[in-house]
Amino acid sequence: MNRRRILALTKKNLKMMTREPAVLFMLIIFPLAMTFVFGLAFGGIGGGGTTSFDVGLLNQDVTSPQAEWSQAFANNLTSSEVFVIHHFDDNVTGQDALLQGNLDAFIVIPEGFGVSIESYYGSPFDPSAWDNSTIGLYVDSGSMMAVSAVPPLVQEALLKSIFGEDAMAMGLPVDIGSPALVESSTLTQWDFMAPGIFAFAAIFMTMIVAQSMTVERDEGLLRRLRTTPASSADYMLGHTFSYMIIAVVQVTLVLAASYMIGYRPQTGIAGIGFTFVISLAFSLVSVGFGLISATLSKSAETSTGISFAFIMPQLFFGTFMPLGGGMEVFANFMPSKHITNAIATLFLRGAPITATVIWVELAIVSLVGVLLIAVGIILFGRQGTR
Amino acid sequence: MSESAIKITNLTKRFDDITALDNLNLEIAWGELFGILGPNGAGKSTTVNILNTLLEPTEGSATVDGHDVGFDPEGVREVIGVCPQEPAFYPHLTGRENIILMGDMHLVPKDVLKERLNTMVEKIEMEDHIDRRAKKYSGGMIRRVSMLMALISDPKIALLDEPTVAMDPKSRRAVWDFIRELKERGKTVILTTHYMEEAQELCDRVAIIDEGSLIEIGSPKELMQKHQAKNLEEVFLKLTGKKLREAI
Repeated sequence: MNRRRILALTKKNLKMMTREPAVLFMLIIFPLAMTFVFGLAFGGIGGGGTTSFDVGLLNQDVTSPQAEWSQAFANNLTSSEVFVIHHFDDNVTGQDALLQGNLDAFIVIPEGFGVSIESYYGSPFDPSAWDNSTIGLYVDSGSMMAVSAVPPLVQEALLKSIFGEDAMAMGLPVDIGSPALVESSTLTQWDFMAPGIFAFAAIFMTMIVAQSMTVERDEGLLRRLRTTPASSADYMLGHTFSYMIIAVVQVTLVLAASYMIGYRPQTGIAGIGFTFVISLAFSLVSVGFGLISATLSKSAETSTGISFAFIMPQLFFGTFMPLGGGMEVFANFMPSKHITNAIATLFLRGAPITATVIWVELAIVSLVGVLLIAVGIILFGRQGTR
Repeated sequence: MSESAIKITNLTKRFDDITALDNLNLEIAWGELFGILGPNGAGKSTTVNILNTLLEPTEGSATVDGHDVGFDPEGVREVIGVCPQEPAFYPHLTGRENIILMGDMHLVPKDVLKERLNTMVEKIEMEDHIDRRAKKYSGGMIRRVSMLMALISDPKIALLDEPTVAMDPKSRRAVWDFIRELKERGKTVILTTHYMEEAQELCDRVAIIDEGSLIEIGSPKELMQKHQAKNLEEVFLKLTGKKLREAI
């Protein structure tokens, strides 16, 4: 491995990318255009308006001796300015309101809710001694925003009710951002979508990597480089670094464009810095998928189609598309979902960069990225120079 | 420095059930300009591709400057410059950038690289075009740039696979002069070509290969005398029964 060779190959790749209009469009112009289009359409400037959710609440535990717990939960839901709480006395009326579109969600606090929590505090380390109960949460499946946003907000209010303000510091295995989210008051639809744009931008690198590597292979450029003292590691690192640089440029431009149209993430300089770091890690994922696509492709033309087999699931299950039920489970296997989650935790929920959840997401994305690059190098090394 | 620049011993290369090279033996001295002649499919490019480490021999061995191509390919790559049959270049880079890239791969010192590049560009008459994107080059220009990409590292051994194909006569002459100068500077040059007059004009010795086997070796003059022929093309015809140009 040699620094000068890697640098020369990185420069070569960047020049090739910036001088090819189609590549430049996919990597730079397209993400920028998407930011402006979605930002203006769904953000405050475009009339997307402030988001709040009409949530129906039925408290069936209100008369129990442990009613203070259900009351605390109701208070936490109410204190969130994101939720406008409507109290219901029976299930049927609440469900009707939801069906008629008068509510975005309907929550049923079951009888025995307080007993459950007290049983937990009685034997916190013995789950067999707990009296379990289940909160009913019904969300309007026709509302993209409600499906995405309401469940984690409710979960957060619940944790806050059970464990207090320090819930996030307890290292619980709960997928949740920060208590600050509950206090958010000026969210637009764009606020929920913006974190996904960063993954969205980088996902298309897969196609460019697959195309460029297939062209280099088919045009004999790889074979030519193989007759020089440059090693495979020099070559692969040259490619990887150039796409990492592109990732930095993408994040910078998307952030700048978002700021221009009025977007203000709930994070500081450290959070912005972390966004660059996790985007760099995600660029490894894209390069890895690109290498695998190139290996599977017989020509540059087919590489585009094959790369979309990796791009589309990540796009639909890991960016800003609404998910529910089993799809959420499937999405957890998408690296893009983890970068989106991490950025959402910072930008949307305002979590500090010390929050465990974002480091876990970074670790997942980095690990998957390194593994994919390794697999890509092995596969491409075996077949890619044919 | 090893005894000979290149030594090929009982070299055989098979692709499935096709034998591309069959027990080839060759020894090429330092400073020699050596031509490998033969029709398409004769095994010329297979020989070059084994010498440049792109292919591994099935049997036998080959050493380049004492480095075994199978066991020490890195050592081989340090001393060779390869001009492939199909010129491979980055179309969105300029000619200069393509050449500098290869210089960087060989870690040629920056100042040397710049000076050497300017000298070489002048010699092959590319001064007016070297800073244009390579995708806009004619076939002849691409060939010339491809050769400079091979030679920018000032390699001890140059492997030139059909370097003048598709060149106009003027460009071809410029490349011939360039190759002669390499020889004058003591470089070892391996040249494969379909052009008999090119081999006759430039090479110290030629090897004629057909169907993977060496069928004749010697200087053009020796071969013409031995086979009582007016030129190398006639020698080739007598030995193989094939017209070289028709075989292209």
